Amino acid sequence: MGPFLETLLGGLMVGMLYSLIALGFVLIYKASGVFNFAQGAMVLFAALAMARFAEWIPRLTGLNNKLADNAIAFCGAALVMLVLAWLIQKLVLGRLVNQDGITLLMATLGITYFLEGSGQALFGNDIYKIDIGMPKDPIFILEQTFQGGILVNKEDLYAAVIAAVLVALLALFFQKTATGRALRAVADDHQAAQSIGIPLDRIWVIVWAVAGVVALVAGVIWGSKLGVQFSLSLVALKALPVVILGGLTSIPGAIIGGLVIGVGEKLSEIYLGPMLGGGIEIWFAYVLALAFLLVRPQGLFGEKIIDRV
Amino acid sequence: MAARGGGEVILEVRNIHLRFGGVKALSDVTFDVREHEIRAIIGPNGAGKSSMLNCINGVYQPQQGSIQLRGRTFTHMNPRRVAEMGVARTFQNLALFKGMSVLDNIMTGRNLKMRTNILQQAIRFGAAGREETAHRKVVEGIIDFLEIQAYRRTPVGKLPYGLQKRVDLGRALAMEPQMLLLDEPMAGMNVEEKQDMSRFILDVNDEFGTTIVLIEHDMGVVMDLSDRIVVLDYGRKIGDGSPAEVRDNPDVISAYLGAVH
Repeated sequence: MGPFLETLLGGLMVGMLYSLIALGFVLIYKASGVFNFAQGAMVLFAALAMARFAEWIPRLTGLNNKLADNAIAFCGAALVMLVLAWLIQKLVLGRLVNQDGITLLMATLGITYFLEGSGQALFGNDIYKIDIGMPKDPIFILEQTFQGGILVNKEDLYAAVIAAVLVALLALFFQKTATGRALRAVADDHQAAQSIGIPLDRIWVIVWAVAGVVALVAGVIWGSKLGVQFSLSLVALKALPVVILGGLTSIPGAIIGGLVIGVGEKLSEIYLGPMLGGGIEIWFAYVLALAFLLVRPQGLFGEKIIDRV
Repeated sequence: MAARGGGEVILEVRNIHLRFGGVKALSDVTFDVREHEIRAIIGPNGAGKSSMLNCINGVYQPQQGSIQLRGRTFTHMNPRRVAEMGVARTFQNLALFKGMSVLDNIMTGRNLKMRTNILQQAIRFGAAGREETAHRKVVEGIIDFLEIQAYRRTPVGKLPYGLQKRVDLGRALAMEPQMLLLDEPMAGMNVEEKQDMSRFILDVNDEFGTTIVLIEHDMGVVMDLSDRIVVLDYGRKIGDGSPAEVRDNPDVISAYLGAVH
């Protein structure tokens, strides 16, 4: 029982981070029908900005308080993401209104390369570290119940809590505020939203900005864990099976999909791994997503698309 | 009726031409709408009624002609600007936010009246909270008016069609519009639902003084409700006047029943 719980917990914590990245996809897809291929590049870009700002600020200001430096760097990086959201809307997507989904997808593919390139040009292409004081030491819980207790990685735990809080805040924002309501309205029906005076382009800027901040938080968490480097933009690939599983249009789907993938990955590695020669954690999520596509293409919570013929 | 129709002209549509490629949707359509009246646009299928409404709503930009609302000319209009000028609309094929509750759907209609910004809303104290409460009061009033109290929390997608049409009307009313454009408000309804909807339209016109422009196929309803009627056929205006005048207009009769050759 002990090892099982330990794996389960580890899976849930990693899953929460997958959910966070998947949320970025879902937010944009829901509100604008754009499948944002650039989500991973946004994570990288945001993390690079954060890492470098945290490095530059003490040098420029002489402020040597780690908390203050990190806070300012985070705000700076968030600001960068807001400006980026505005630029993407003004220069790219605002000019492609009413185009085919595939056109918009290709545009985000272009944005991906642009962000990866310009991010490294602006902020450098080394490996940088983000040090936000995440504890690295593991803790043991339930030592009375199980022999040796359950090992919990404190860093993962903190990360999962941060991700969960952010997801909860976003859900509240969407459900309870007037702007959130306008966002949901746009997601449901563009034409009707316009007729009651909801400005589409401002809403899209807000959505991209929110997705940018989500990418920033994801980037900071993954970056502090793995270091900020190019491969960070590949983390987003992990979110693809999550959105397939949860459904592209569902926020609860993104959360539950992330948890399912996280847990499935870890458990399969432990229990199926030995039978298949190990290393299945890397591809398990994709196989699960493939199976889902065959059985339930709209995902767990996605809308079933029924076309009238 | 006479008391209602006698107001000054608030909407002037002049010589509208609208083409989609080679297809002429509207040719040289001119009419006006007076304050506080109920103005119907009728015509056989494909006559250009919805196109006309979409021009007024700013969805389509006519190639020629002008539209003036209270003396202000529409140039480069879009639905948002038209909404800001006090024009609300409902849709022929319902365009509600299906996943949202009745309450939320109607609340979205208050969007233009919201004054607090996104940050204030995020914190939700003080101004944003007060604002939400104030708007909620207006919306509750509309819900009472439309007699949909019982469905407040129901997702709109789950409601029967007739009630969805009411929510659509409610969302438009939440904008407190000066002018209301109704695109086939009774399409697909049974007799009882039509009676309810007619009553709501008359009450809106009476109680709030809202000017109403409506498209409708049910002739009985149109003749009963409207003060004046515009008749379109193949994108041209073939009749304009009181219900009695329109009923006796030979062009209108031949458009509906086929010409006598």
